[in-house]
Amino acid sequence: MTWEVVIGLETHTQLQTQSKIFSGAATAFGAAPNAQACAVDIALPGVLPVLNREAVVCAIRFGLAVDAQIASRSIFARKNYFYPDLPKGYQISQFEIPVVSGGGITIRVGESEKFVRLTRAHLEEDAGKSLHEDFHGKTGIDLNRAGTPLLEIVSEPDMSSATEAVAYARALHGLVTWIGICDGNMQEGSFRCDANVSVRRPGAPLGTRREIKNLNSFRFLEQAINYEIQWQINEIEEGRAIRQATVLFDPDTGETRAMRSKEDAQDYRYFPDPDLLPLEIKAGWIDEVKAGLPELPAAMQQRFVKDYGLSAYDAVTLTATRDTARYFEDAVTGAGKVNAKLCANWVMGEIAARLNKADLEIAAAPVSAAQLAGVILRIADNTLSNKIARDVFDALWNGEGRDADVVIETKGLKQITDTGAIEKIIDEILAANQKSVEEFRAGKEKAFNALVGQAMKATKGKANPQQVNELLRARLAG
Amino acid sequence: MSLSLEEVGRIARLARIELSPAQAESTRDQLNGILGFIEQLQAVNTDGIQPMSHAVDVVQRLRPDTVTESDRREDFHQVAPETEAGLYLVPRVIE
Repeated sequence: MTWEVVIGLETHTQLQTQSKIFSGAATAFGAAPNAQACAVDIALPGVLPVLNREAVVCAIRFGLAVDAQIASRSIFARKNYFYPDLPKGYQISQFEIPVVSGGGITIRVGESEKFVRLTRAHLEEDAGKSLHEDFHGKTGIDLNRAGTPLLEIVSEPDMSSATEAVAYARALHGLVTWIGICDGNMQEGSFRCDANVSVRRPGAPLGTRREIKNLNSFRFLEQAINYEIQWQINEIEEGRAIRQATVLFDPDTGETRAMRSKEDAQDYRYFPDPDLLPLEIKAGWIDEVKAGLPELPAAMQQRFVKDYGLSAYDAVTLTATRDTARYFEDAVTGAGKVNAKLCANWVMGEIAARLNKADLEIAAAPVSAAQLAGVILRIADNTLSNKIARDVFDALWNGEGRDADVVIETKGLKQITDTGAIEKIIDEILAANQKSVEEFRAGKEKAFNALVGQAMKATKGKANPQQVNELLRARLAG
Repeated sequence: MSLSLEEVGRIARLARIELSPAQAESTRDQLNGILGFIEQLQAVNTDGIQPMSHAVDVVQRLRPDTVTESDRREDFHQVAPETEAGLYLVPRVIE
């Protein structure tokens, strides 16, 4: 009998602001402990939160990017619980009326597309950090992160496998970095996912879910969900019921395990924060933010397919990040629309492989988009074979020459396309390789390839291979 | 609506307040008194009235995104019970 898997994701994205959501303390990563925790962040008596305008702009940008509704009036609420890294005894969040509701994201898994609906996205503050290393049996608290602005993005339970959940998380990660509201740095905790997972028999009502907390890499997300699915199926098949729980993923064992001490914690006793007035967002403000929004990946993908004749797969790959898309478009600008497919192949192939090997971001690629366009133009006009083009690219990558033409000139890499010149070389090869010629005439096709190889070798690979083929065949036939 | 002693106990636990049995009873009576006031309020017909989250009908003032606070950790540490290596120390928390 088969099982159906139901997954929803809650994602905490850290917003790229200079200061905190309710105070003027800095948000920079890596400061000395508590050096960026001001009186508001550590909850000294008598302080008042004041909302950071930029955090609201980030929420509006996101709402527009996923085609959601942006509330003209939203409310901040207190989420009450006790933990030492939460000095106020409550987290300021949004509950009944979030700033963003609805909308969705299209994900791709293999050849198929799926629309994942979003429930809501709300503004809230992050908590501090507990350090459980030994301080004479005590816990150390660093409140630098307390008050960092977060946008918590909640999806509908629209995903039915770990693969889909990862595709959604990647698409969301791509989008929030694309629109510049989050730096996307998962190691530093700027983008973390909680996964709600349940299983059921096809057609049966929803099963009881367990929530896997704080997954900060796509790999862990996939591993944790797959483990959790199998665990739940085993439990049910062995006759045990699933109890709603919050679980943690242990990357060392690859297992999920229930957290202790959370039984009471679900009762957060939300109520509107009397310290904060309703957040008003007027239509004019939304229009203003909209005007500053870049072309979104989905729109750009459609344009790449329509204008450049690329496949949907290519379009998605080239819009993985804004820098990749910009590099590709700059290359097309230099090499011309007719060579767009060639540009796409180079960006996704040679460039991606080399960046990967050198552990570089595309913005730091040693070969600029304009330089790549130069190489592509010389392939397109037959000055370079694909093989020699790679040598030229290599030289550019290593800083030997400022553009393709200079490298071709100084290294003498121009392809030989002059028929007379190629014929002369072929005649020399035929004269020196009588044995191969006889073998070919005796029906050995392999001998032909050997002769082509000789000709290419004699020209250091610069002869146009297609021409060599044709001319050689003609000579042997004659 | 009125609260039972058991419910008062649970609320006290969530708020980390220790109540003696006598305090629990007086707290229950006080809370039930407050709930009585709320019942009176709920008797008012509010059909068609937008709920308010705040007593004053004004909206939130926003702050520009600039860093205005400098590091005052040493001052704040003066009033903390225990600190070490820049951290505030608290009784051990184990999850």
